[in-house]
Amino acid sequence: MEHTVVSLQLPVQESLEIKKNRITPLPGNDRGKRICLVTGTHGDELEGQYVLWELTRQLNAHRELLHGTVDLYPAMNPLGINSITRGVPLFDLDMNRIFPGREDGHMAEYAAMKAMEDMQGADMVIDIHASNIFLKELPQVRVNELSAEALVPLAQLLNVDFIWIHAAATVLESTLAYSLNSTGTPCLVVEMGVGMRITKEYGDQLIAGILNLMAHMGMWDGETQPPREPIVSHDDVAFINASAAGIFLPSVAHNGMVQQGQQLGVIADPMTGETKEEITAPSNGLLFTLREYPVVYPGSLLARILKGGSDE
Amino acid sequence: MKQETLFVLDTPYRQKLHVEGFRFGRGEKSLCVVGAMRGNEVQQMYICSQLVRQLKWMEHHGDISSGYEILVVPCVNHFSINVGSRFWAMDGTDINRMFPGYDAGETTQRIASALFEAVKDYQYGVHFASSHMSGEPVPHVRVLDTGYQNADLANLFGLPYVMLRKPTPYDTTTLSYNWQVWETNAFSIYTKTTATIDEASAQEAVTAVLRFLSRLGIVKYNCHNGYISTLVHEEALTNVMTPCGGIFRRLVDPGQFVEYRQVLGQLLDPFTGEVRAELTSPTNGTVFFAVDYALVTEHTTAFRIIRRLHS
Ligand SMILES: [Zn+2]
Repeated sequence: MEHTVVSLQLPVQESLEIKKNRITPLPGNDRGKRICLVTGTHGDELEGQYVLWELTRQLNAHRELLHGTVDLYPAMNPLGINSITRGVPLFDLDMNRIFPGREDGHMAEYAAMKAMEDMQGADMVIDIHASNIFLKELPQVRVNELSAEALVPLAQLLNVDFIWIHAAATVLESTLAYSLNSTGTPCLVVEMGVGMRITKEYGDQLIAGILNLMAHMGMWDGETQPPREPIVSHDDVAFINASAAGIFLPSVAHNGMVQQGQQLGVIADPMTGETKEEITAPSNGLLFTLREYPVVYPGSLLARILKGGSDE
Repeated sequence: MKQETLFVLDTPYRQKLHVEGFRFGRGEKSLCVVGAMRGNEVQQMYICSQLVRQLKWMEHHGDISSGYEILVVPCVNHFSINVGSRFWAMDGTDINRMFPGYDAGETTQRIASALFEAVKDYQYGVHFASSHMSGEPVPHVRVLDTGYQNADLANLFGLPYVMLRKPTPYDTTTLSYNWQVWETNAFSIYTKTTATIDEASAQEAVTAVLRFLSRLGIVKYNCHNGYISTLVHEEALTNVMTPCGGIFRRLVDPGQFVEYRQVLGQLLDPFTGEVRAELTSPTNGTVFFAVDYALVTEHTTAFRIIRRLHS
């Protein structure tokens, strides 16, 4: 059943609407739990679109196996998705930096408040992100160290490749996940794939994880596979940023193990044919982030390595 | 006056970005002024250019007291200005959400870090800022309520209002916030416009900075005494929200006194011109901020009013 969570009139004719689809169990099957699956806060991140479509299809096909309520929010930022805009069009702030929203704030802050109110009290919220157009990410859950104790055991059920426990920062207190977690509604943030694209295999991997988590919560009686065992990392991540400006040409595949000193790619100058910079791995480990977008400035992130591996 | 390059960034296929600073006087680092950090902050860059002109003249005439140094950085982000993009054109990030910066991080973190390195040891810092709420404020000095602030010093600018704002999580990465954390007395000055030049409020801003400096004995400058500023706490402002979307017809201006129930603006149906709604004032007071868009959505902060204040 489709519900309108918030509707706000735009200047000319149409309204901005955040909608959700609610799937409920068959009569007599409800064990009282609710999970929210959220995506599309950043309008250029589309990996969650496939996840919500395919998961909805599977749940609809086997409603008899469902024992709780599933709320699906495929487009938190419908104007952004519609116009290939990461943020909310005509609004300066990142939509994932304005939670818990404000009653007397801008339209986007008000919409954020209404959407968050709608999710509060759920037994689990999963906020699905897809990196950005620049970087490709291995399926991972990111957890603030402040809520790691409660969330890591749940994240381990999600069938992702790794769990990144990151340091707390004041600026992150305005994310949906932080705002929900700090008010007692558990929320896991998934990052996977790359902006403006859909990576079906990652989507299927996460769907298996979500069903596994739902089974663990007593909401799903269908068959599940044991989740892959994720690497849990406490910020043990090496960042590799460009020093030169130019065109980045990677020489390794995403999602492989790399050795310290191994070449990861070059920054090329097509005008002169020169190689402006050779990029090498600062440590052994799993290359879980790799730049997809070729144009780089000094500072542009090229890759991230989860430290550890055969030689350590 | 000494012009120096504070930071150089190499780029693919464009000339290098040079961030320029203009130094006046010699001695203790007293005041640093920063202008445009976003690509549409033309007014903010213009104010700095007028300040550079004035300070150059004053230095030439011996009107800068010895033992003090002043730095003006008119523009940090010409890269976005020259391509008409409000934020960093490559990735949409905002330099003023990257402080204190990180010299080994992403591009805009590096720019913020280099700028902060150059501007951080001054006793006073002024940022000519623009708000994320698009509209026209009453010219004012804004001070973040971090616990390190000194709102009394803000009165020395002689602008009509000083606004004290409680920082939200997204304020913690701005220049002003980090200046304060690093023990610089930081002030953000808001004038009427951003993308267009408003000569009167630009001159008012230049005068305000020189007045501030002369009151601290840093320059010799004779001018009108300005205002005895009214202190406004942001959370005490009354917001007037739009109940629907449409064409916005504004009937009052910032700085104007309005009465309880006075009509402040109208929302028109964009096709038929009929009045969909009228916005009325919930209080007697002075308009602190007004939207300057022709089109508004539902739930826009159309006006902010200082309650019970006569202008
Ligand atoms: Zn995202």
